[in-house]
Amino acid sequence: MLKRTSIKNHYHEIQLTSRRSMLAIFVISIIIGLLIARLAYLQIYKNALYTTLSTKNAIDLVPIEPPRGLIYDRNGVLLAENIPVFSLDIIPQQIPNLQRTLAALSKVVEISDSDTIQFQKQLKQHRRFDEIPLKLRLTEAEVARFTESQYHFPGVLIKARLMRHYPYGESFSHVLGYVGRINTRELGEIDQINYSASHYIGKLGIEKFYEEELHGNVGYEEVENDASGKPIRVLKKTSGKPGKNLYLTIDSGLQLVAEKALQGHSGAVVAIQPKTGQVLAMVSQPAYDPNIFVIGISQKDYQALQQSDTKPLYDRALRGTYPLASTIKPYLALEGLESGATTPEYTIFDNGTFKLPNYSRVWHDWVRNGHGRVNLSRAIASSCDIYFYQLSSKMGIKLMDDILMQFGFGAFTGIDLDGELPGVVASPEWKLKVKGQHWYPGDTTNSSIGQGDMQATPLQLASAVSTIANHGQRYLPFLLLGEQEPGKLYIAHQSMPLAPVKLRDDKFWDIVIKAMQDVVDNPQGTAYTHYGRGYTYTIAGKTGTAALSRRRIPNEEDKQESVPEKLRDHHLFIAFAPVDDPKIAIAIITENSNNAIDVARAIMDYYLGNQVNVIRQQETKVQPAGL
Amino acid sequence: MLFDNRKPKFSQPAYSSQYKSFWQCIHIDGPLLAFLLLLCAAGLLILFSASNQKLHSIEFQVMRLLLAFGVMLIVAQIPPASLQRWAPWIYAAGLFLLIIVLISGHIGKGAQRWINLGLIRIQPAEIMKLAIPLLLAFYYHKLDLPIKLKSVLLAIPIILIPALLTAKQPDLGTAILLIIAGASVLFLAGLSWQIILTSLAALTACIPFAWYLLHDYQRQRVLTFLNPERDPLGAGYHIIQSKIAIGSGGIFGKGWLNGTQSNLHFLPEHTTDFIFAVCCEEFGFVGTLILIFLYMLVVFRGFYITIHAQDTFSRLLAGSITLTFFISFFINMGMVTGILPVVGIPLPLVSYGGSSMVTVMASFGILMSIQTHRKLVTT
Repeated sequence: MLKRTSIKNHYHEIQLTSRRSMLAIFVISIIIGLLIARLAYLQIYKNALYTTLSTKNAIDLVPIEPPRGLIYDRNGVLLAENIPVFSLDIIPQQIPNLQRTLAALSKVVEISDSDTIQFQKQLKQHRRFDEIPLKLRLTEAEVARFTESQYHFPGVLIKARLMRHYPYGESFSHVLGYVGRINTRELGEIDQINYSASHYIGKLGIEKFYEEELHGNVGYEEVENDASGKPIRVLKKTSGKPGKNLYLTIDSGLQLVAEKALQGHSGAVVAIQPKTGQVLAMVSQPAYDPNIFVIGISQKDYQALQQSDTKPLYDRALRGTYPLASTIKPYLALEGLESGATTPEYTIFDNGTFKLPNYSRVWHDWVRNGHGRVNLSRAIASSCDIYFYQLSSKMGIKLMDDILMQFGFGAFTGIDLDGELPGVVASPEWKLKVKGQHWYPGDTTNSSIGQGDMQATPLQLASAVSTIANHGQRYLPFLLLGEQEPGKLYIAHQSMPLAPVKLRDDKFWDIVIKAMQDVVDNPQGTAYTHYGRGYTYTIAGKTGTAALSRRRIPNEEDKQESVPEKLRDHHLFIAFAPVDDPKIAIAIITENSNNAIDVARAIMDYYLGNQVNVIRQQETKVQPAGL
Repeated sequence: MLFDNRKPKFSQPAYSSQYKSFWQCIHIDGPLLAFLLLLCAAGLLILFSASNQKLHSIEFQVMRLLLAFGVMLIVAQIPPASLQRWAPWIYAAGLFLLIIVLISGHIGKGAQRWINLGLIRIQPAEIMKLAIPLLLAFYYHKLDLPIKLKSVLLAIPIILIPALLTAKQPDLGTAILLIIAGASVLFLAGLSWQIILTSLAALTACIPFAWYLLHDYQRQRVLTFLNPERDPLGAGYHIIQSKIAIGSGGIFGKGWLNGTQSNLHFLPEHTTDFIFAVCCEEFGFVGTLILIFLYMLVVFRGFYITIHAQDTFSRLLAGSITLTFFISFFINMGMVTGILPVVGIPLPLVSYGGSSMVTVMASFGILMSIQTHRKLVTT
């Protein structure tokens, strides 16, 4: 090491710092170059990736619920609408103490237990910054009260939304069904994307069957969000497709008339336009108010409905299976003629009893002493049981089942509603399979008057009787007359012909129809007294009585007044009118009550009376093809 | 110009005693002032957007800048010789305050970085940023350069004691800058390559031990730096969002006030430590190059002043100030772009907040003083 010099070498020191400074500048330039290279890599080379990430950060697609399609009847009467309601919504994220807020809120707005339960359920399914409705349908007074004290409740707001409403309440509940909040099971089945903004889904009836049409397609808003997820502004709106408006084949006037005519008795009415298969009325009584299901029915109320003896939730028209009773007779008569087992001229002598060879059991006619000499027409008109006992033993169960199945019994009609039941066409195979028992000749005898195991729904009965009205031409019964996307053309739904019932001789139809006409307008007819006089149209019908118990002397029309109401007979009536140009075919069942024929009179008078002309004029607006 | 320091200075008319320019009379270096004003203007522009166009935060920043410029002008009036005389006292006072802060922080049970004097709050660590290079330059000025091992060893406690005290606060960013400020003096004073290389090697060997000394959150930062995706919503969130902001800027940027990352609060700390990302997002690659260019102008002017300084004290001090300034903005840009770990060092003169702004401007005041207080003869 050199010895330290006492005199500073200034030149050398300047040299040193300058050199070091130059070196520093050199190094600095290199690392700034590195930084610039890094920037170039991020901003130029990787720009596309980071632009995507940045967009994903800031821009959210917010789905917009498409307005649900409206439901009209065939004349344009609104049956299901969307009404604006004010709901009380809560944004959980903005509320520090939810329990306390709820307690405070309940002093301003009445909050029921079911509201709270629904809210808690929703709370688990939504994000913290979503608006969750606490109470739907605030009254005007509640809106006013809350608005007054709104500043006490940050994170609680009143929101206007559309809610499904059924203006006729109970009257169309079984046909229309209702919408309700999407539940967990449905969540797995629906298209999650299309329902991303929807809270409601069709649960039953038309609302369920035509869910896809009614719902429409979801729209989107591109919303710019900040980091906390709060929307700042809407950048772009992609409108979805509103749900289609549906026009039903139902004639609401007719439906209301039928409902009223049932006079509060349990029962069902189905009216079909024979030439098209359009269902004009479909009543099941008692019914329920679908609107309470939209708001969200409480568990207690739901149980009450479910456990009610009168089964208001049960759609009798579609799912009620009843014995065909004597309404089976026209079909068997047709088969009798077709198979040659009987002829129009063939007569029997009815002394009131019938016995099968080698069996001791005695079958009775419903008239104690019998009808005397009876041909086919008379047998139908006065519903002679003995004639059909004999006919059935000649034809055998196979031919009977055959004709019933041709008319659509024992199978789904294929109507555009879910949950239909097929009923039963009893056969030896069916009995063995379902009951594990063999078929006895007596079963055939029972079946010949529609008792025993033969069962049909009112819808099947109506469809079958309209087939008779059509001389065998069958149409699929349906409810959707047409659909219309808002702003677009109305598209009519075409009726669908089914395999017709073909007979050897077209005359057989006339014979049976004439006999059915006698049921109503011949003094010997079973409906003559009840139906009354003074109608302006021709009508063909057939009565039926389904005995509920074996308590009484078989087949005697005894005094029903002495029997408790629940055990009284079910009464059936099938009919169509006018006979030459059938416009309406009906099937009516009144449970434990004998006013089925009265109901038919009310319906026919309404539909074929003066009212119908008014309706037809309106009808052309929706259904250009006409009746 | 940069290389002509071997020529006698009095031959240049600008430095002659007969003629003094206006700028020299008021002891302001014109070019440096111009660069600083440009930089601050650019900084305000970026901050206005980063703060979501809040005028009042701009007002605060402008007031701080005015204060800082005022300090700069005052410091520029102090001749280097006076600074040289005061250097040990400044260092002693700074160290004393640093210890006081640490003690009161212990009593207050929390991070304490400043002493509250009512009107203003003093951060002793900021004083140390200048005190360390002052003391070292003062010390080495008396020695022959290049410095020997003995004087290097003496410098170690001078640098490390305040640095460790600052790191204890805990303020890792400032502690690093303190070490940089000291080390840069050593470097300019001719620290031998042998020592530089061995100490770098020793430092590398120490990394595993240093790991145990780090606070947990500091370890997290290092781990997150190595792999930001390991914790995308926690510690990695900052750097991921910052890279998104920078990358989405592209060549020309999204435009002023149009940066979604910052305006919609995806980018955290977007007015302070991560404001550089806002610049990258809104002004793109081109705009960022311009900002870096402005910073480099200041740095080059600093080196110009360093090389032209008249004595060893001034040279070492000016060089250290310039290097420290460079390192502080480079560390910030490096951390924002993800090439350095996240340490809390703001972007000088642009980031919102004023704790380091006064120090930075005071240091530029020293540079101006060195440039404008000239004697006839170089010593």
